[in-house]
Amino acid sequence: MSTAGHGAAVRIESCGKTFADGTRALDPATLDIARGETLVLLGPSGCGKTTMLRIIAGLELPDAGGKVLFDGKDMTSVPIERRNVGMVFQSYALFPNMTVADNIAYGLKIRGVARSERAARVAELVTLTNITGLENRRIDQLSGGQRQRVALARAVAIRPGILLLDEPLTALDAALRDRLRSELNRLLRALGITTIYVTHDQAEAMELGDRIVVMRKGAIAQIGTPREVYFAPKDRFVAEFIGAANIIEGPIENGVMLLPGGRLPVEGGATTATATVMIRPETIRVVDAGAGLLSATVDSVSFIGDRQRIVVSGASGKPLNVDAPNSIQAKVGDRIGLAIAPGAVRLLPSEP
Amino acid sequence: MSQKSFVWLCLLPLAVVTTAFFLLPMARLVVAGAEGPHGIAGYLAILTEGRYRATLINTVLLAAATTVVTLIVATIAGMFLQRHRFPGRAVLIAMLTFPLAFPGVVVGFMIILLAGRQGLIGDLSNRIFGEKFVFAYSIYGLFLGYLYFSIPRVILTIMAAVQKLDVGLEEAARSLGASPWAVQRDVVLPALAPAFVASGAIAFATAMGAFGTAFTLATNIDVLPMLIYTEFTLAANFATSAALSVGLGLITWLILALARTFSGSAVAAAG
Repeated sequence: MSTAGHGAAVRIESCGKTFADGTRALDPATLDIARGETLVLLGPSGCGKTTMLRIIAGLELPDAGGKVLFDGKDMTSVPIERRNVGMVFQSYALFPNMTVADNIAYGLKIRGVARSERAARVAELVTLTNITGLENRRIDQLSGGQRQRVALARAVAIRPGILLLDEPLTALDAALRDRLRSELNRLLRALGITTIYVTHDQAEAMELGDRIVVMRKGAIAQIGTPREVYFAPKDRFVAEFIGAANIIEGPIENGVMLLPGGRLPVEGGATTATATVMIRPETIRVVDAGAGLLSATVDSVSFIGDRQRIVVSGASGKPLNVDAPNSIQAKVGDRIGLAIAPGAVRLLPSEP
Repeated sequence: MSQKSFVWLCLLPLAVVTTAFFLLPMARLVVAGAEGPHGIAGYLAILTEGRYRATLINTVLLAAATTVVTLIVATIAGMFLQRHRFPGRAVLIAMLTFPLAFPGVVVGFMIILLAGRQGLIGDLSNRIFGEKFVFAYSIYGLFLGYLYFSIPRVILTIMAAVQKLDVGLEEAARSLGASPWAVQRDVVLPALAPAFVASGAIAFATAMGAFGTAFTLATNIDVLPMLIYTEFTLAANFATSAALSVGLGLITWLILALARTFSGSAVAAAG
């Protein structure tokens, strides 16, 4: 692939953003993104992820003291038009007065690339993004998924050092979103451009990200690979935002949490009056009553198809969610035991 | 009574008013234009008679110049006013759109106060250069008056169009390397094209037909409405003034229709 491996390494250094009206959108943050890496900024709306993306793009200036570096070069005061970044917007922002081909070729035209070369590049990109045959369509004649592909083709046409995507799949319906997500994943791997991807959808973050930056209220909550943030969340917010989580509170004595349903060993648990631990629903196994670590009563059973979600009470102060295989027979009111692997219980820092 | 005849009955008042105040006078006007000594050839005089033709060209040029300059001034001002928030913005917008409330006579009077024999510009130039610049009573004064008259309408239309503009489009163009000028040329101006056509057509039609301002400034300015007036009241030349009126109406209608066709395609292209 001719476009492979032209990414730039990105570093942002204590970049914060305070808007004119005094609201703090982003606390000063420092972040390194390796050449060719796909980094996902993940968080609920208003967490500062889009602000961080716009600072990297050059659409927002960081507060004084903040620095943006591409391949070690200070780009803080370089405007977006000279940063050589490709950008895909949530609304796609395709030019309505141009055809699909003119949209894709626009960045090349601005750069003074010859007509024949532009045509060749457009042909290459429509093939890559599966929109062959739409070159002469107007934008209002395209479906949402097609627009998304055109926006992506336009952004990568200029061979950017960094590709910035701002919730590129959010405007699509669920089925299309799933399909385009894996297509996008394949494409990003093939292109090898350094990619920064903003989303509030944790499934997108998991599938696409080499690393995920979980953000909350203008600050970075955790940086890690999808596995790290899923299995070893740093705090309760990350645990609950990524995947489903049972959060259990109780006293710990000598590494064992004392619960109404039994005794739960907690790795690294020092003796304390109140501690918080997390257990993923799929790490809890349903066993016969009396066996396992905790005993509980079945509150409800929802059959989902590939598995069933069982809610049990009596094990801890709050009901627990258990993802059980679909073969298990459990009825409301059954007494059951819960087996939990030692590594699946994750101690979280107690929060004020 | 059937549904259909009920609908027709409801349309009756409109039909009566249209017939009485539009169709009949128009028909009479068209007939009157052909009742001169030259018969139907009276219409041709608009084009063949040197004085009439010159006036017609003058009027179209004046209207076209007014439209172009108004669009340039109002687009820059409208874009700035819509995109920036600053103290006094509301007052400035109110002042800029104030001329909407003025009849043509008042606008003409203001032009005289500015560039007339006792005007501000004449006073200043007299003190600085020892010579009075007076241009209120010419086609330049009229141009200034029409400009003053048209800018508010166009500014309001442009501001509404700018507000609806997707900022993402400009950001996308910039991310692709477009300079601020290129962004305006390739993204902003094409997106505003329908607003230009709509508001430009109004400015053009106003400048073609406005009479009050011209009449206040001078009676010998060569524009069509003035010519119609002098032919009618001074020369009592009913046929010619009727023919000129029909001609003025036709030309204005034609240009508006062209603009509408063009804006139709522009709107479609803008999605």
